[in-house]
Amino acid sequence: MSESSQITREEVAHVAHLARIELTEAELDHLRSDLDAILEHVKVVQSVVDADTPAMSHPIPVTNVFRLDLNVAGLTADEALAGAPESEEQRFLVPRILGED
Amino acid sequence: MTDLTKATAAELSDLLANKEVTSREVTQAALDRIAAVDGEVHAFLHVANDAALADADAVDAARAAGEPLAALAGVPIAVKDALTTVGMPTTSGSRILEGWVPPYDATVVAKLKAARMPILGKTNMDEFAMGSSTEHSAYGPTRNPWNTNVIPGGSGGGSAAAVAAFEAPLAIGSDTGGSIRQPAAVTGTVGVKPTYGGVSRYGLIALASSLDQIGPVSRTVLDAALLHEVIGGHDPKDSTSLDKPATSFVAAAQRADLSGVRVGIVKELSGEGFDAGVKQRFEEAVALMTAAGADIVEVSCPSFVHALAAYYLVLPSEASSNLAKFDAMRFGLRVSPEGVSEPSAEQVMAATRDAGFGDEVKRRLILGTYALSSGYYDAYYGSAQKVRTLIAQDFDRVFADVDVLMSPTSPTPAWQLGAKLDDPMAMYLQDIATIPANLAGIPGISVPAGLSDGLPVGVQFLAPALADDRLYNAGAALERLLVEKWGTHLIGQAPELEVAR
Amino acid sequence: MTQTLVDFDEALTRYEPVMGLEIHVELNTASKMFCGCATEFGADPNTQVCPVCLGLPGSLPVVNAKAVESAIRMGLALNCEIAEWCRFARKNYFYPDMPKNFQTSQYDEPIAFNGWLDVEVDGETYRIEIERAHMEEDTGKSLHVGGSTGRIHGADYSLLDYNRAGIPLIEIVTKTIEVPGDKAPAVARAYVNQVRDLMLALGVSDARMDQGSLRADVNLSLRPVGTTAFGTRSETKNVNSFRSVERAVRYEISRHAGILDAGGSVLQETRHFHEADGSTSAGREKSDADDYRYFPEPDLAPVAPSREWVEELRGTLPEPPTERRKRLQTEWGFTDLEMRDTIGAGALELVVATVEAGAAPASAKKWWLGELARRAKEDGVELDAMPITAVQVAELQGLIEAGRINDKIARQVIDGVLAGEGSPEAVVVGRGLEVVSDEGALSAAVDAAIAANPDVAQKVRDGKAAAAGALIGSVMKDMHGQADAGRVRELILEKLS
Repeated sequence: MSESSQITREEVAHVAHLARIELTEAELDHLRSDLDAILEHVKVVQSVVDADTPAMSHPIPVTNVFRLDLNVAGLTADEALAGAPESEEQRFLVPRILGED
Repeated sequence: MTDLTKATAAELSDLLANKEVTSREVTQAALDRIAAVDGEVHAFLHVANDAALADADAVDAARAAGEPLAALAGVPIAVKDALTTVGMPTTSGSRILEGWVPPYDATVVAKLKAARMPILGKTNMDEFAMGSSTEHSAYGPTRNPWNTNVIPGGSGGGSAAAVAAFEAPLAIGSDTGGSIRQPAAVTGTVGVKPTYGGVSRYGLIALASSLDQIGPVSRTVLDAALLHEVIGGHDPKDSTSLDKPATSFVAAAQRADLSGVRVGIVKELSGEGFDAGVKQRFEEAVALMTAAGADIVEVSCPSFVHALAAYYLVLPSEASSNLAKFDAMRFGLRVSPEGVSEPSAEQVMAATRDAGFGDEVKRRLILGTYALSSGYYDAYYGSAQKVRTLIAQDFDRVFADVDVLMSPTSPTPAWQLGAKLDDPMAMYLQDIATIPANLAGIPGISVPAGLSDGLPVGVQFLAPALADDRLYNAGAALERLLVEKWGTHLIGQAPELEVAR
Repeated sequence: MTQTLVDFDEALTRYEPVMGLEIHVELNTASKMFCGCATEFGADPNTQVCPVCLGLPGSLPVVNAKAVESAIRMGLALNCEIAEWCRFARKNYFYPDMPKNFQTSQYDEPIAFNGWLDVEVDGETYRIEIERAHMEEDTGKSLHVGGSTGRIHGADYSLLDYNRAGIPLIEIVTKTIEVPGDKAPAVARAYVNQVRDLMLALGVSDARMDQGSLRADVNLSLRPVGTTAFGTRSETKNVNSFRSVERAVRYEISRHAGILDAGGSVLQETRHFHEADGSTSAGREKSDADDYRYFPEPDLAPVAPSREWVEELRGTLPEPPTERRKRLQTEWGFTDLEMRDTIGAGALELVVATVEAGAAPASAKKWWLGELARRAKEDGVELDAMPITAVQVAELQGLIEAGRINDKIARQVIDGVLAGEGSPEAVVVGRGLEVVSDEGALSAAVDAAIAANPDVAQKVRDGKAAAAGALIGSVMKDMHGQADAGRVRELILEKLS
């Protein structure tokens, strides 16, 4: 690991978990060094802006884009499920969900 | 007409309107060309022979029946695999979407169908449009028709190569940081990134929502304008689609008049890091334009030096969220982790995303997740969004004085396949001149400017938001000056591809 | 792990609760928040879906104008300020019921903020301060298959229906609520109840807790009496009735006190409420995995409601609840106690609707707070979840006033309505419950009763009219209750005069 590293291996592992990507040990090492190089380049953004600079989330300023509350035909259940890896009882079948909420 | 594949879309439009050729003939010629050369070029991920011919026959019948038809009716087109198409697989160049057939058409695809343009198939691309060489496609690289040992640019290398190899007169691309313009530059073709919101993104598999824009890929500026008028316009299904009347792009391309046009040369986009050959072609183009009456001035956009850094934070951040939906639950690939009995949904998601995404995608998703994560948001994503404001302010300032900006499209011509695969930063630097337009939402065009060591280089024009017509005027003017000089379009100088038997 | 619970009253001698309430209200718009799909409750699975709410690649959201309008009206009714400019944000986390693996929500720029709502408990008014009300979208529903319980733990796999995914939600978040501990459970309940009434009055939601169109989360912490720092809070999710809100607060106070008394520390976690015994159990622990990576939604334009629009919407607000209650009390002639009982029973809107349908206020209150409240309690359901409508209750009272049934028969009619036999009229006809008005039959029954009870008859003849009661009872029994008791009495007195 370089002395001035921007990101640790543990951080890469944590972020990979947040991103739901299972990585092998080798991938972790490789990514850490790639990210290090990229972060070294991009970290400059911190020093060129100040608190007063507005952040741009939308390149073209437009507001209040709404649609009327009307029903529009969507997909049939068959169309919706056509691409599903598995389905049952007209529902998407997914592996057991770990108990969160 | 000896070879329909060599005709421009404008020429085909006339031939079809005059009933000198049929759409079936034109479409069949394109399909034959694809069959002959695509084994070598690999521009297409899917070729829709039957559907394209059926569409061609239908438009021929409509024309015979005297139905009113759009200018490009009957002219076939190739579509980047990032756009959803009913009945055609749509993979965005990724293994994770292998075999997925969308139940709906992208708005742009629906517009092509409404204009009665037969769709030849889907073109290759870097996976989820992440890349500048098309080497990151899960389905193998596309090769540059000028030299099949070099890359065709990316992410839309497939669309550019298809047009450059005369497999299609027109193609659809998408441009997030240069994915239309850079491939156009390195394949000797024309590519336009419209004003953000000028073309609907509905049905474009999102890379970075605030940067992505669909645009035309063609061999001439006029052809790009013709296609832009088909695909542009307001779409109520895209909240960022602009509800403004489209300016006449075709008329601007036909005007092609530089007299009195003020052109700014961006100091920050022409110096260090740009190949000598690229700079030379650029300077020649400037000289030609000056002679044709353009008023050339040098301008400075100091924030542009930070554009790449901002881009490589904004893009991965938005992408990390946009690509979260690829989770093996509702569509696409599902992979169970090895050695785990009865894996949970969470384990299947993580295993699928590991197996289904390529290295470049994983790199950017992890970078983006990091840039948005607690404790880093302000430093990375937040600061990058502020840099966008600075870049937009630079554009506003210089556009008060000039009509268009001009720079080389890409710092180098195409490179050997594999040359930059192990150095992400070197690859990212290829987009240095194209990225500012995406960050600020303004339009840009790349037109061929000549060759450097036998490979094409391009010149880019940029215009203020909603002034896309200025690109067509300036681009067509430069194109005309160069064609007068060379006696042919640049693409006419491309070496013949070896045709498969 | 066994839970040591401290008696509620005892707990309050040492600790005081700090509460926060989050209410999710599902709007009753015709279409979803970001697409044109229908929102009907109970439709066949995956029949109200499209590329947008299924999160298919390439799809894009467009905001439902009506949902924004409802959010603004709701914000105004909660005495909130309305943002001049705000954005949607993406809340990123992976969960199979959420098609995009991010929820389109609002983060630091809610559409409405800084409001309040007054609630009344035992004649005291408590002001609940509202932190914010923001727009977001609902998730799909999962069905857990296999395992023993059908619950999420131990399931073999899950089946997902995305009909609910993308239905507009407004989340209303209170600031911390600090009220006397003994009042906390009732204040929490009264607040949820009042928000529900407000939603109904605004007409923006069905606000049915039993169907999940109004869901409450109870956040609670304790601190030692006399201290100011907040303790660690638990978040009890999706409490699905008013009564449960009250019970959840009580239970958590007792549970937290048990932990703190033992010198333990409360875990910051989500908890699930159990209807059966009023307890809560641990959900998942809050961890640093809860890093939602919020950022402004680039696919949606910012919302900037003009002040003209806001004022126009303010003009459409219903009467504020407190004023409305005062007006209703005056109109109905209820005492303070009667009014409080009506509100406390969650019957205010039911009485309003029953009166609108033609019943006298006192009669409406009698049924809803009497017989129907008793049955709701027996069945363990909310009053307004009973399968009888205000219109039906008014009809029932009308049948009594017309002399076609009596109070006692009315209870059988209620049985029929609750059993799904149709309207009161239909039940009366279907079950043959109409009181006998055939004078001949009545007269014969009276004669038979007099003959069977000569001693009693004599007392009546001797002027003891009160004794007629026994004869009336006999006749009613003979007629299976289907006689007008008043007319029977008249006949007896006539015959024995």
